[in-house]
Amino acid sequence: MIRNDRLDRREVVRHLLKGRKNEVVVSGLGASTYDVAAAGDHARNFYLWGAMGGAVMIGLGLALAQPAVPVVVITGDGETLMGMGSLATVGLQRPANLSIVVLDNGSYGETGGQPSHTAATTDLTAVARGCGIADTCEILTLSELEAFAASLHSGTAGPRFAVVKIDGAEQERVLTHRDGHFLVARVRQALGFQPI
Amino acid sequence: MHRRAETSSEPAALWADDIFDIMRRFAVRQVAYVPDAGHARLIERVHGEASMRPVALTTEEEGIALLAGAWLGGQRGVLLMQSSGVGNCINMLSLTQTCRFPFLTLVTMRGEWGEFNPWQVPMGSATPAVLELAGLKVLRASSADEVRDVVEAAAAQVYNACTPTAVLLSQRLIGAKVFTKADHDPQ
Repeated sequence: MIRNDRLDRREVVRHLLKGRKNEVVVSGLGASTYDVAAAGDHARNFYLWGAMGGAVMIGLGLALAQPAVPVVVITGDGETLMGMGSLATVGLQRPANLSIVVLDNGSYGETGGQPSHTAATTDLTAVARGCGIADTCEILTLSELEAFAASLHSGTAGPRFAVVKIDGAEQERVLTHRDGHFLVARVRQALGFQPI
Repeated sequence: MHRRAETSSEPAALWADDIFDIMRRFAVRQVAYVPDAGHARLIERVHGEASMRPVALTTEEEGIALLAGAWLGGQRGVLLMQSSGVGNCINMLSLTQTCRFPFLTLVTMRGEWGEFNPWQVPMGSATPAVLELAGLKVLRASSADEVRDVVEAAAAQVYNACTPTAVLLSQRLIGAKVFTKADHDPQ
């Protein structure tokens, strides 16, 4: 069921990224990218505008390459459903510095609000647990969110997986950089890597 | 036509070891794969190498996103797959264009050279064109003695020139898969 009495997605992402330290944030295409942009552009933000289903795997590759850097994937229920196998891949690799946050409104907002599988039958935290990700939670309130947000900075004791139940209301798009070459180079530079 | 050996035969071990040596020389750190008989020897070598992280995937497209992330974090990778997996990758291959990172995939071919299973033929036949349409350079090695040069050239253009490249390892090189000893008997 799509509901309108839940957490506001922009407020959720603001809370998650408030006081961020050295985290790299990967956002899934569509509204999650707008939410991360709305919380403030940052050299350690990697926004996806395509490659649907790839956000978790980009986070995994980065987390394995940089085990001391906390990596936070912020994406939607539709994007997660498309790449659901990657939760099994994460469960096998178990990177301690990877956190996955699914903003779950039970619908495909970018294409007109058609209901997703999570609005009816699919329980993504159960899927993640079944894939071997031990630290999973479902977040319904702001106080639960704040407790979870504190764990993102540490980059240890992961992988963790949280589904935040958010309001179904559409928000104004906040557009940000969409040049992938630029975004790659900017994150790499922030991590101390030179161009080839 | 040679038929695929059930265990690592000497020639297969040699060309797979050539690939492994090149990967080590080019400082490849993440090796993504979907289990594959043609790549079995190479996958085994990767699992025995401390400097490489083998990442088993549920579907090949995961590997493209993984290697994009690896590059964000300063590491080089390789994706090992079979030609049937190329079809699973098409949309995700857009990352190699939009994000330009060093992308190398080594593809063992099915659906050619004495194939027994008709279900492998459509994707195997479409594989080179699909990869080219997706913007990759496509090289091919058809015999054991050319694997080293072809993979070396591919790795050089990928890691030095950031040119996304696929190397097709011909079914003639790997050997046609044997299903039963009666595969080739008349009905």
